[in-house]
Amino acid sequence: MSVIYLDNNATTKVDPQVVEAMVPYLSEYYGNPSSMHTFGGQVGKAVKQAREQVAALLGANESEIIFTSCGTEGNNAAIRAALLAQPDKKHIVTTQVEHPAVLNVCKQLETQGYTVTYLSVNRKGQLDLDELEASLTGNTALVTTMYANNETGTVFPIEQIGLRVKESGALFHVDAVQAVGKIPLNMQTSTVDMLTISGHKLHAPKGIGALYVRRGVRFRPLLIGGHQERGRRAGTENVPGIIALGKAAELELEHLEEATKREKKMRDRLEKTLLSTIPDCEVNGDPKNRLPNTTNIGFKYIEGEAILLLMNQHGICASSGSACTSGSLEPSHVLRAMGLPYTTLHGSIRFSLSRYTTDAEIDTVLQVMPTIVERLRALSPFNNDQADWLQNQQHAIAHR
Amino acid sequence: MPHYPLPNPLTVMWDYTDKVLELFYNPKNQGAIENLCEPDIAVVTGDVGSISCGDALRLHLKIAIPTDTILDARFQTFGCTSAIASSSALTEMIKGLTLDQALKVTNKEIAEYLGGLPEAKMHCSVMGQEALEAAIFNYRGIEREAHDDDDEGALVCSCFGISESKIRRVVLENGLTTAEQVTNYVKAGGGCGSCLANIDDIIADVQREASAPVAASLKKAGIKITTDEVVTREQKPLSPVQKIALIQKVLDEEVRPVLIADGGDVELYDVEGDTVKVVLQGACGSCPSSTATLKIAIESRLQERISHNIVVQEV
Repeated sequence: MSVIYLDNNATTKVDPQVVEAMVPYLSEYYGNPSSMHTFGGQVGKAVKQAREQVAALLGANESEIIFTSCGTEGNNAAIRAALLAQPDKKHIVTTQVEHPAVLNVCKQLETQGYTVTYLSVNRKGQLDLDELEASLTGNTALVTTMYANNETGTVFPIEQIGLRVKESGALFHVDAVQAVGKIPLNMQTSTVDMLTISGHKLHAPKGIGALYVRRGVRFRPLLIGGHQERGRRAGTENVPGIIALGKAAELELEHLEEATKREKKMRDRLEKTLLSTIPDCEVNGDPKNRLPNTTNIGFKYIEGEAILLLMNQHGICASSGSACTSGSLEPSHVLRAMGLPYTTLHGSIRFSLSRYTTDAEIDTVLQVMPTIVERLRALSPFNNDQADWLQNQQHAIAHR
Repeated sequence: MPHYPLPNPLTVMWDYTDKVLELFYNPKNQGAIENLCEPDIAVVTGDVGSISCGDALRLHLKIAIPTDTILDARFQTFGCTSAIASSSALTEMIKGLTLDQALKVTNKEIAEYLGGLPEAKMHCSVMGQEALEAAIFNYRGIEREAHDDDDEGALVCSCFGISESKIRRVVLENGLTTAEQVTNYVKAGGGCGSCLANIDDIIADVQREASAPVAASLKKAGIKITTDEVVTREQKPLSPVQKIALIQKVLDEEVRPVLIADGGDVELYDVEGDTVKVVLQGACGSCPSSTATLKIAIESRLQERISHNIVVQEV
C-alpha cells in the first residue's frame, strides 16, 4: 500500500535534490569549515553559499543568518538573546496558541522573575490587535509570536503586529517555522527583528534550522564555546545539514509561487468536498488568512485518534488535536484557546499538503473519509446536537 | 533510492494488542438495545464520561428479571481506539453473568481480556467497569451519586471531575503506586496538575490501610514501622493484662493467618515484661534460618503494634 502523506506540517519528505547536494559532505568533503587548509576551506565556502541561499529565501543579508539545530533551538536562542540584551526589562508578550518551543520557554521565564502576557485569540484563531497594543509597556522586552499556526494554518498579520511592537521599543521575534516556503518573506522591508525557521518543514532533513537576526540587534548566544557563526552559535557546524538547508531554501524560492498555488487549489477542493459530502463538520481556523497547504476540519461527535487509525488503514497520514493524540489528557491548546465546542474539538483532523501531493491522492481521501466518519458515528452515543446526553454538558472553555 | 516498506499499518501508533485492534476494527455488540417491553425482561443503560472529557460510553443491558441475569449487552462509545475496544470487550465478558457476578468485574479484568492496554489508556478499561456499575445501579434503583457521596466522595481533580473514592478504588484494585499511574487510569491530575500532590497523599493513605491487616507485607519480612503509629501507642501505657491480650490479638489476627497460609504457625507461651516467649513452627520445619527470619518478622510486627522494646524469644 502506498502512503498518502498529508501531514506536512509535522515534517516533510526530503527533496531528492537536497539529498544529492548534502551527500558529498557526509563522505568526501569531511573537512572542518574553520580550518586554514584548502581541504577545510572548500567546505567553508560551501557553508557560505548555503547561508546565501537561506538569506535569499528570507530576503535577508547572509550575515544575518545563524545556523541552528532546529526550530526549538532558534526560538530558545532568540528569546534568551532578547532578554539578555535588555536586562532591565522584565515583560514578555506572546500568544496562547504558540508552539511549545515558545510557550514552555515563557512559562519557565515566569519562574525567573519575568511576567508574561499570553494574548488570546478569537474563534478563528486571530489576535485582537487592541489587546496587543494594551499589553505593551516600557517594560516589555520582547514580543514573540508565530507567523502561522501549525495546527490551523491561521496566519497572523505580522507587519501590523510589528509596527505596534516597534512603537513600544520592544524587540520582535517571529516563529516562522510553518510559514517559510509557504508565504513570501522579505526581511529587508519587515519589522521583524528575529525569525526562526526549521529545515525539516521545507524538505530538508531534521536536525538543521536557522535563526535570522537583523543587523544591529544586540545578540547574546545561547551556546557558548568556539567562534563559529561569528560567535553567535558555538559548536562545529552541521555541514551536511547546512548544505541541505541551503539547497532546500533555493528550491523553495524556485517553487514557492507555483507550488503554493497548486497546493491551495488541492486543499480547497479537499476541504469543499469534505464539507459537502459529510454532514456536521466545519473548518477550524481563519479561512481567509491561512497557509495555502493546511486545513483543519472538525468532524463532530467522533474522536480523532479513532479517525486517524481508520485513515491509517488506507495509508493516509494526518494529525489530530484530540486528547488521545496529544500525549496528554487535554485536547489541543490551540483549539481550546479558540473556544471551539468539545463536540468539534475532539474530532479535529489536520490535513497538510506539500508540493508532492497529487490530485489522485486527494481523490482517495475524498473517497474514504465519508465512510470512516459514518462508521464511527454509528458507534457514538452522540450523533447530533440534540442528543439528550449532550444538553447539560459544558462546552469548550479556553484555559491554558 | 531504496524503497522502505511500511510496517503493517494496522499495528502502528499506540502499542495496541491484536485483540484491541480486532475489536476496534470489527466491534462486537455495538448499538442500542430496544426496549420491547417483554414480560420478565428489563432494559437499562449506564452512562459514563462526557464529550468534554474526550470519551463517553453508554452501556445497554437486557436483564432477565427472575434470574437477575444479563441476557444481552451492547455499547455506544464516543472515544478513541481503546475506548471502543474496551467497551466491546466488556459486553462480551458480561453476557450470561448474574448482576452480582457482573458487579465483581474489575477494570483490570477488562484490560486483561484485551491482552493489556497501554498504561496511558488504562482509563478506557475503568470507564467500562464504571458504566457496568452505573447500569446495574440504575436497574436496582441505587443512586450512583449517593454511593459516591460519602466522606471520600470529595472532588479531588476538578479538571476531570474525579472524586477521592474513585481514586481509592482504582489504586486498591490495580495496586497503583504513583500519581502518574492514577492519571493513566482515571485521568485525575492530567489537566492542570494541581491535585497531583493530593493524589500522592491518597495513595499513601490507601497503602497504609491496605497493609494494616498484615497481609503480604509480613511475607516480605522487612516490615516498616511508621513513626506516627509508634508515637500514638506509647502515649497510652498498657496494663500487663491489656498488653498480653493485645499481643495475643496481634498474633492471632495479623501474624498467624499469614504463617498458616505458608505452612507455619506460632503460639504464645508467656509474656515477661517486654519479653514475649513463643513456640515457633517454621514453614520448613526446624530449619534454623527459617525460624530466625520468622522471629525477626514477628518481633518487628509486635514492636510496631505494641512497644518497640518488645523482644521475641523462642522456647
